[in-house]
Amino acid sequence: MRELAGICVFCALAALTPLFVTSGSLQNLVIMTLYATLLGQAWNILAGFGGQFSFGHAVFFGSGAYAMAVLQVKFGWNAWAALAAALAAGSAVGAFIGALSFRYGLKGSYFALVTLAFAEVFRILANTFLFTGAGVGMMVPLNESAAALQFADRSGYLYLILAMVTAGFLISWWLKHSRFGAWLQALRDNEDSAAALGVDVFRVKLIAIMISGALMAAGGAFYVQYFHYIDPHIAYGPAVSIEALLAPIVGGMGTLWGPLLGAAVLHALGELTRSVTGDAPGVNLMVYGVVLILMVTFLPRGILGGVVTLFGGRGAKKGGDRA
Amino acid sequence: MLEFSILFPSILNGLTTGAVYALVALGLTLIYGVLHIINFAHGAALMVALYAVYFLHEQAGVNPYAALPLAVPAMFAFGYCLQRFVIGRASHGKDENILLVTLGISIILENLALYLWKSDTRTIDAPYMLQTVDIAGAMISLPKLLAFGGALAAAALLLAVMAKTDLGRAIRACAKERQGARLVGIDVEHVFAMSFGIGLACLGAAACFLLPAFYVNPNVGNSFVLIAFTVVVLGGMGSFAGALLGGLLIGVVESVGGLWLGESLGQIGIFVIFIAVLLFRPQGLFGART
Repeated sequence: MRELAGICVFCALAALTPLFVTSGSLQNLVIMTLYATLLGQAWNILAGFGGQFSFGHAVFFGSGAYAMAVLQVKFGWNAWAALAAALAAGSAVGAFIGALSFRYGLKGSYFALVTLAFAEVFRILANTFLFTGAGVGMMVPLNESAAALQFADRSGYLYLILAMVTAGFLISWWLKHSRFGAWLQALRDNEDSAAALGVDVFRVKLIAIMISGALMAAGGAFYVQYFHYIDPHIAYGPAVSIEALLAPIVGGMGTLWGPLLGAAVLHALGELTRSVTGDAPGVNLMVYGVVLILMVTFLPRGILGGVVTLFGGRGAKKGGDRA
Repeated sequence: MLEFSILFPSILNGLTTGAVYALVALGLTLIYGVLHIINFAHGAALMVALYAVYFLHEQAGVNPYAALPLAVPAMFAFGYCLQRFVIGRASHGKDENILLVTLGISIILENLALYLWKSDTRTIDAPYMLQTVDIAGAMISLPKLLAFGGALAAAALLLAVMAKTDLGRAIRACAKERQGARLVGIDVEHVFAMSFGIGLACLGAAACFLLPAFYVNPNVGNSFVLIAFTVVVLGGMGSFAGALLGGLLIGVVESVGGLWLGESLGQIGIFVIFIAVLLFRPQGLFGART
């Protein structure tokens, strides 16, 4: 219950930011931090709670983004209907990849590789076929109204992404407290024991990847609405996959607040490097790479995990015995 | 069916590219076989080697083939230090950690290159680049033919080292039975670092053979890394003969697939094979199920 209260307080605070933060670039920073949180939450569901490390989460992001763009532009769908279809697309791609790879028992590095390969296949397909705009990409025409999920004011986008992040929080909370979540975490810690105790390992993993895929697709749909543009490299390139896994690893995998904490830390760090080095290409990501290595070396359980170990809190035993 | 006169040069071309893939994959499969990790930084390391050879040519006028004795030891030292001081320390003995650390290294290397040299695609100019050799009516460019020979020679050398030397025996011992190797007095950490070094040294050699026929930019590793994974998975993780055959096979598939489906879609054949092998035969075409 304390966690639910925490989620409510966070949402209320975030919803009030447009009242205090009026500068466009600061509002943009808040939005992009929430956006990174969403991608992190999506990855965290599968990897943090389920132990299945995906290196190609872009495959869900891109499918959501393309569903959103193609349905609106080529088929004239309403944006809200397209959003629903985008979520379904992400979840369907998740079901497809999950059914294939979990059926054949792919784990660990193999699962990471196969997700990476699927993202690459989708990138090549999007690059080739004309209905996705091929290599040129796709523009979503400007139409600023709530019915078209486009807003003249940045705060509208902030509420949109906040709603998605809140959904991510509630799903994470549910995973921590439900029977399904217990199954998922059990198979993460030891798949054979979980199966021996009667957990339907295949089904649980499949549902997890479908939820994760849908949430990631929401991120893709938001991207399209916010930037009005998508191309194969943005949609299916490695950058999104990396962004999705960085935040939970930095913040703390398999935790409720980890993705948010990680996203906030990374974006603060990104702004800091930008102010020091200017807009030199690559520096931002370079810093992220260094952070990734340092985290894995010194705080393998993320900032939250490190804090819990340090103070020996109640959660230490619960989340501590992962190895 | 396509005419033989079109198919034959395409297959030859595929074999020459495939030999370089094989060399890149040999390094990857050695690292996998011994350390049981998938080195995500492999493509980025190849990119670093390509830049090194490129700048040796542009700044110091060193012929790419003459750069071999420089690039190979340099890449070896780079790999040794990387494993000894970064990857080995960060791993805490968990596979996911190593996966993430090598991913971190590749992010750093790629973006460092982007920062230092911008995203321009660079090629070198040399008089022998456009020369071709006539093989039974098929015209194959000279640099590609040299790459084919060089890659095969390097692969043969690597196999000889693994089979005949004490170092090779120590590496194989560590790959099979880590604890046992430690018990008979093998310095396992040293052997791990040596394996990683040799793995990257293969990339040094590959870069020297590749550059005259290819290009370099900060993302060049990406196009190789998935292909190298494919080759390794296809041949069976850790199998040298498998990597060699797999490399040649993938080269041919890419080249012939490009004929049918066009440049862009032709690459799909590689990934479809990759996914299919991962799903249905993860032990590889030539590997035994463990």
